[in-house]
Amino acid sequence: MLTKRIIPCLDVTYGESGACVVKGIHFVKLREAGDPVELAKRYNEEGADELVFLDITASHEGRETMVDVIERTADEVFIPLTVGGGIDSLSDIQKILRAGADKVSINTAAVKHKEFVREASRVFGSQCIVVAIDCRSNTNFSGSGVKNEVIREDGKKVWYEVVIYGGRKPTGIDALWWAQEVERLGAGEILLTSMDRDGTCDGYDIPITREMSEFVGIPIIASGGAGSPHHIYEAFTKGKADAALAASIFHYGEYTIREVKEYLMERGIPVRL
Amino acid sequence: MLVVVDYGLGNLRSVKKALEKAGAEVVISSEPSMLEMADGIVLPGVGAFRDGMENLSELSECIKREAEHGKPLLGICLGMQMLLTESEEGGVYEGLDIIPGKVVRFESKGNNRDNKIPHMGWNSIKIKENHWILDGVEDNSYFYFVHSYYARVASSYEVASCTYITDFSAVIATKNVVGTQFHPEKSGDTGLRILHNFVRECRR
Repeated sequence: MLTKRIIPCLDVTYGESGACVVKGIHFVKLREAGDPVELAKRYNEEGADELVFLDITASHEGRETMVDVIERTADEVFIPLTVGGGIDSLSDIQKILRAGADKVSINTAAVKHKEFVREASRVFGSQCIVVAIDCRSNTNFSGSGVKNEVIREDGKKVWYEVVIYGGRKPTGIDALWWAQEVERLGAGEILLTSMDRDGTCDGYDIPITREMSEFVGIPIIASGGAGSPHHIYEAFTKGKADAALAASIFHYGEYTIREVKEYLMERGIPVRL
Repeated sequence: MLVVVDYGLGNLRSVKKALEKAGAEVVISSEPSMLEMADGIVLPGVGAFRDGMENLSELSECIKREAEHGKPLLGICLGMQMLLTESEEGGVYEGLDIIPGKVVRFESKGNNRDNKIPHMGWNSIKIKENHWILDGVEDNSYFYFVHSYYARVASSYEVASCTYITDFSAVIATKNVVGTQFHPEKSGDTGLRILHNFVRECRR
């Protein structure tokens, strides 16, 4: 049986001592959390199903550091590895895949130039193109354009707006419409982050996760807000996600991946243990 | 020495590193002379069938000849699919025809939101036949799959199956030729076990 995937995410930035891992609280306040390669190895041993590295500086130095981190990780960790952060050209993708990554995650560049998704999936195959969709709920339905209605957990009618540049810039684009669009353009998977929840540890944004999962035929990775094993359980049951991504709850050792998987297995969710 | 066939696609580094971890000396090459010298050949693969076959071009004959002479050959994912007679991915295209069979697309039944395509993630395999490639691998072990098309072969070539939407071949094999639909190089320790078995067979 196909299992639900648990994916730890490592936000990688460039420090004076080389690469380090940090996890943002609402992408702004950053707290350091360890060496990425060591963390990757630990997560692999604990039973992570995949790993995601996000280069949150996306600068030139950051990119070079990232290639080194990917190479060192891929030499020792034999599970799928996705890399994202500032990727906006086919040569970026090639460099990252050559270093040993299996997938790349494209975010802002896809919104700014959607043909990039089509080109990337044609050249490298859909299976290695993940489109990351960051979005935030919006109660304002005025103005033109598609706005698919979603009932937020507080009962309010909202639509979800795609945001870019790490959540700083709203785009006016409906997230559900965008999900179908990237599927059509050849994305193999969607990494969905609700900025309403990111960094809160209050649980995933279930309504948008579920809507998006039912809206498209490609797998959805739920992201943003995991604070407990129960939140991950809900992402799979209520949210219908295919995979759950989390950072803080694993980095600070609050829960191990194995503990989360045991929790899920006891409740009937298929996981690889 | 093992050769990982370089035909211009995919993440070859992972395959090479995983084979090295499994104890092999590995060269990435597209030279027929290297394939002839090798103790075993690995045909990796991501991407589309037609591009894969086109990129192989004249290497095709060399791979077929080496396999006929009994050299161990391992096809991974697209590399496994290319071992077959033909594929219906993006038209009908001829494969290497080392193992008779056909590559077909998953047909999503009913509400396709419950059967997402690609089949992506860790799934368990059902072992059907004893084969050296599965030595030390337990029934129902998990492997990492990513694919939208699957292999349909005669049951005599199927040594392990997997279920997603339908039952399909997870591992196909003859005496010396093996194909895995999953990625052993991305399937953690169980995947390394498969590669270790292949490396061992190449040393015989």
